[in-house]
Amino acid sequence: MNPQFSWNLVTDVQWLWSVPSVLNAYRAGVVVAVLAGVVGWFMVLRRQTFAGHSIAVTGFPGAAAAVYTGLSATLGYFGFCIGAALVIAYYTRGSGSGDTAGERAHSSALIAVVQAFALALGALFLQLYGGFLNSTSDFLFGNFLGITSADVVVLVAVAAVVLVVMAVIGRRLLFVSIDPAVAAARGVPVRAVNALFLVLLGATVAEVSQFTGALLVFALLVMPAATAQVFTARPALGLAIGVVIGVLSTWIGLAWAFFGNQGTGFTITTLAFGCYVLALAIRAVRTRLRTPAAASGALEGVS
Amino acid sequence: MFQDSYMLTALVAGTGIALACGLVGYFLVLRAQVFTGDALSHVAFTGALAALAFGIDLRVGLFAGCVLVAVLFGALGRRGRADDVVIGNVFAWILGLGVFFMTLYTTNQSGSGDGGNQTVQVLFGSILGLSSSMAVTALAIGLAVSLVLLLIARPLLFATLDESVAAARGVPVRLLGYGFLVLIGVTAGEATQAVGSMLLLGLLAAPAGTALLLTDRPYLGLALSAGLAVADIWIGLLLTHLVPRAPTSFWIMTVAAVTYAAAVAYSRSARAKRRAPDKPADPAESATSKEAAA
Repeated sequence: MNPQFSWNLVTDVQWLWSVPSVLNAYRAGVVVAVLAGVVGWFMVLRRQTFAGHSIAVTGFPGAAAAVYTGLSATLGYFGFCIGAALVIAYYTRGSGSGDTAGERAHSSALIAVVQAFALALGALFLQLYGGFLNSTSDFLFGNFLGITSADVVVLVAVAAVVLVVMAVIGRRLLFVSIDPAVAAARGVPVRAVNALFLVLLGATVAEVSQFTGALLVFALLVMPAATAQVFTARPALGLAIGVVIGVLSTWIGLAWAFFGNQGTGFTITTLAFGCYVLALAIRAVRTRLRTPAAASGALEGVS
Repeated sequence: MFQDSYMLTALVAGTGIALACGLVGYFLVLRAQVFTGDALSHVAFTGALAALAFGIDLRVGLFAGCVLVAVLFGALGRRGRADDVVIGNVFAWILGLGVFFMTLYTTNQSGSGDGGNQTVQVLFGSILGLSSSMAVTALAIGLAVSLVLLLIARPLLFATLDESVAAARGVPVRLLGYGFLVLIGVTAGEATQAVGSMLLLGLLAAPAGTALLLTDRPYLGLALSAGLAVADIWIGLLLTHLVPRAPTSFWIMTVAAVTYAAAVAYSRSARAKRRAPDKPADPAESATSKEAAA
């Protein structure tokens, strides 16, 4: 099962793709990375990483609850993730990321309580079920090897729906995210767009975390998108960079995981995080080279 | 209820941790730094697994991991506050590292099947499984964190509510930010052992969020937050005693979440009520003022 890694990359890839489960992992990886890259770009732009993380975590108790009650885990993932998204969307005032300091404080407390309570439910169902302590780590860290061809088809379908809706509301969502006040004045339904985005985020997380686990999906949402936004503020270019980084990290991370006998949670996050740190370093060097005087002035202003 | 000694130790440890969480959490919510607490509760997980993997004391990994990352968050942000996106990136990767240590640990254990149980233990804690010496330690650390926080409460409040004015008045804003982060780290490290890294977040956010909804007065809110956190633990333990089928962490968090939901409902209805009588009152008021003018 675990052949040695050789520097002949062609034979490596040939071997990887000759195993059906690994091939499916690669197919799923592309879909996941594209979906997470696009939705994550807006999540990072809107500074809703905390909300995204909380929604991602609620997938785990959702799955535990579904397995305990004998329903399919998929139903649990979607029910809990979209439910959490709706609760957060309904009770947060303002744009969701919070406008004033007071609103931000209240919405962050709400998001935290939603997450903590969901986890408490997860603990309850784990105790009641009693049997699947070992699959807990699968819920949290995912199992990329268990993906069947049918799963990939479902994944592609969900991704297509989410991406089409994103394409339809994309311009308005961008407007609302960048300047909610002006968008509201121009007649854009700010609250509805904000809520719809959170629901899309919930659906994305629910679908993706079945394969990647609740914890890795957050990494795929935030890391490529944050890297892209370090490089450029232009939406189309940023989305493209995010997707490319996501796909490359996932693919290389999968190969590393198989050959190195590591968890995908470790390999993929490490590659994506490496890209982010590299991007920050490049930006720091570039600003220093371009305008040494202005950079030192800015630093003085900060401290 | 106290015939079982483990209930008493749980109560002692829980009270100390709840006091610290309630007080630290109030500032955490007020400073909109809850995400930092969330991140640290996950960092605790990685720290514990790293300690397990290298075979050193679990507590060393917990405290070292939490405090180091807390300070790192401070260093990455301006004036000791990091941006949410930076926090998200860093702790997502640290969780990835946790997977690495978990693989290392389970491989070293060579399939004894204990790795999964240990992982769950770290995630959800076991307040009922504490020894009496651990409970006393938890109480001592909780009280120490509370004391330090109360000592810096006044300048920290100033620095939180109006950072630039506080800085202009000579309050060491940066230093306070770092000190506060270290306090969060210590609280996270200690609380993880008792209530688990996953439920730490609830104890930090729910009582504080409730207190902030109920009152705008800072010291009253601080006291309310600490009191609610302690009450959550006590009622949660009582409920576990009555209905032992569900885990303690579930009961504690349910009490906290229900209290918070009630506070949300109360503040919404209070706001609606405040707004509603205004409208019919308006014409009446203007009528009386006209009469007075006439």
